[in-house]
Amino acid sequence: MRRTKDGKGIQALAILFFLLVVAFIVLPLASLFIKMEWGGLQGYLSAPLVVDALRLSFLTSAVSTLIVVITGTPVAYVNARFEYPAKDAIDTMIDLPVVIPPAVAGLALLMAFGRRGVLGQHLNALGIDLAFTTMAVIMAQVFVSSPFFIRQARTSFEDVDRAYEHAARTLGASPLKTFMYVTVPIAMNGLVSGAILSWARALGEFGATIMFAGNFEGRTQTMPLAIYTAMQGDIDASILLSIILVAISFIVIVAVKMLTRRGLIIAQD
Amino acid sequence: MEKNVKLVSGIFIMALMLAVLVAGCGGPSATPAATPKADLTVFAAASLSGAFNETKAAYEASHPNVNIIYNFDGTQSLRTQVEQGAYADVFASASASHMNALKGEGYMNNSTVANFANNKLAVIVPKDNPAKIGSLHDLANPGVKIVMGTKDVPVGSYTLQILDKMANNSSYGPDYRSKVMANVISQETTVNYVVAKVALGEADAGFVYVSDVPAEYRDKVSVVAIPDSLNVVAVYPIGVLKESKHPEEAQKFIDFVRSDEGKAILAKYGFTPV
Repeated sequence: MRRTKDGKGIQALAILFFLLVVAFIVLPLASLFIKMEWGGLQGYLSAPLVVDALRLSFLTSAVSTLIVVITGTPVAYVNARFEYPAKDAIDTMIDLPVVIPPAVAGLALLMAFGRRGVLGQHLNALGIDLAFTTMAVIMAQVFVSSPFFIRQARTSFEDVDRAYEHAARTLGASPLKTFMYVTVPIAMNGLVSGAILSWARALGEFGATIMFAGNFEGRTQTMPLAIYTAMQGDIDASILLSIILVAISFIVIVAVKMLTRRGLIIAQD
Repeated sequence: MEKNVKLVSGIFIMALMLAVLVAGCGGPSATPAATPKADLTVFAAASLSGAFNETKAAYEASHPNVNIIYNFDGTQSLRTQVEQGAYADVFASASASHMNALKGEGYMNNSTVANFANNKLAVIVPKDNPAKIGSLHDLANPGVKIVMGTKDVPVGSYTLQILDKMANNSSYGPDYRSKVMANVISQETTVNYVVAKVALGEADAGFVYVSDVPAEYRDKVSVVAIPDSLNVVAVYPIGVLKESKHPEEAQKFIDFVRSDEGKAILAKYGFTPV
C-alpha cells in the first residue's frame, strides 16, 4: 500500500470500523454472561427443560452428523473425481439448503414427509409417521447441515495429490483400499473440520425443527427450541442454555481453525 | 473461474435489482398524506388476529388520522417483549395473569385496564377426522396425535386447567388426563400454530379457542365442543401502556373495541364481548 498524505486518516477510519465490528459482535455475547444469574446455576442445570434439551440436542446432532458423514463422503468423492451429466445442477441443489431460510426448509420437509405430504401419505399408509418425532428432528438437521460437510469434503478430496493414489493402485491396492488407506487419511483434516461445521449447524438448527418436528420437551425440543420456549416463561433458563451454546460454538471454531492450520498429513515413506 | 465469478456476480446483482424493484412496487404510494398520521402500536394476543384486523379496517375508515400497527404473538411472548423494553401503546392480553403481571411491574396505566371479551376453548379436528374423534373421550385413545399450547401461553394453561377439571370429573377421571397428555405431540407457542397443524391434517386434534375457528377454517376443521361445566372462561383484558406517546388515541381505540360496533366484530369471530 502506498502511503499518501491522508494515509493517517484512512488508517484511523479503518481502526474505527475494526473496533466497531468487534464490539458489535462481542458486546451482545458478553451481555449474556453479564445478565446471567449465576446464583441459580445449580438449580437450572438440573431443571428438566435444560437437561432434556441438552440430552436431545447432543443425541440428535451426533446421529445427524454421523448420517451426513456416511452418506456425504461418497457424494463428495464422486463430485471431486468424476464428471457426469448435469453435475453442476446437482451440485447447486446440494448447496441449496445453506441459502434457503430454515423455516422454508421446515415447511418443505412437512410438505414432503408430513402425514399429508407427497411421500408422507404413502409412508403413513404403511404405518410410518415421521413428522413430530425425534426422527423428524434428525431429518431437519441432516437437511440443513449436509452441504457444510459435502462442500468441505469435496475440496479436501480435490486437494489430494493423485500421484499417491496412482502409486497405491500400481502396487496392487484395490480402489476401495486405496480410498480408505490413502485418500481418506490425506484428506482427514478437511473431512473432520467439515464434520465439525456440519455438527455445529445441526446443533443450532431451529426453524426447520419447530415447523417439521414441533416443540415437545424431551422428544423434539432441542436447545434452540428450549431457548425460544423458556424466553416466554423463564428467561434465566434460556440465558443459561444460550451461554452453553455460545461456549460450544467457540470451541468448535477454535477446533476447526487448529485442524485447518495443521496442513496436510504427508504419508511417511 | 474468472467467467464463473462474472456470472455469479451478474446473477447476484440482477437478484438485488429485482428485490429493489419488488420492494418499490409493493410499498405504499410515495405521496405523503396531508396530515401526518399518528402510529398506534397495538400488542395483541394471537387469538385476536382475525377480529382485530377487521376492527382496524373499521377504525381507520372512521379515524383517518390514525394508523394502527399490530404485533400479534403469544400473550406470554408479548409480555416478555414489553418487559424487555419493546414500545407499545395498547396491550390486549388473552389472560388476566399476564396483564396483572405487567400491571404489578408498573408497565400499564392501571386505570385504563378493562376486560373487553370472554372466550372459551374447544377441540378442533381435521375435516376428514383421521383419528375418528366423535367425543372428548376419544382424545384418550392410543395413537391420537394432539397439539396444544405450551404451559406459558394462555391457551396452553387453560387447556391444562380443563384437563384438571376433567380429571376430577367422574366420567373422565385422572387416567383420562394422563392418557391425553401422553398423546400430545407438540406444544406450540401461539394458538395459531395449533390451528395450522390441525388444519394441515398433520395432527388429529388441537385445543384452541372457540374464536379460532373463523369462516375460512370451517371447511378444513370440525369442532368438538367442550361443555361449559368443564370449560374455562378466558378473560381478555385491554389497556394503555404507561409509556404510550398517544394515550388519548390509545384510549379512543380501546373505546372503539368496546363500542357496539367493536362488540359486533368480536361476536362475529366467536368471542363473547363484555
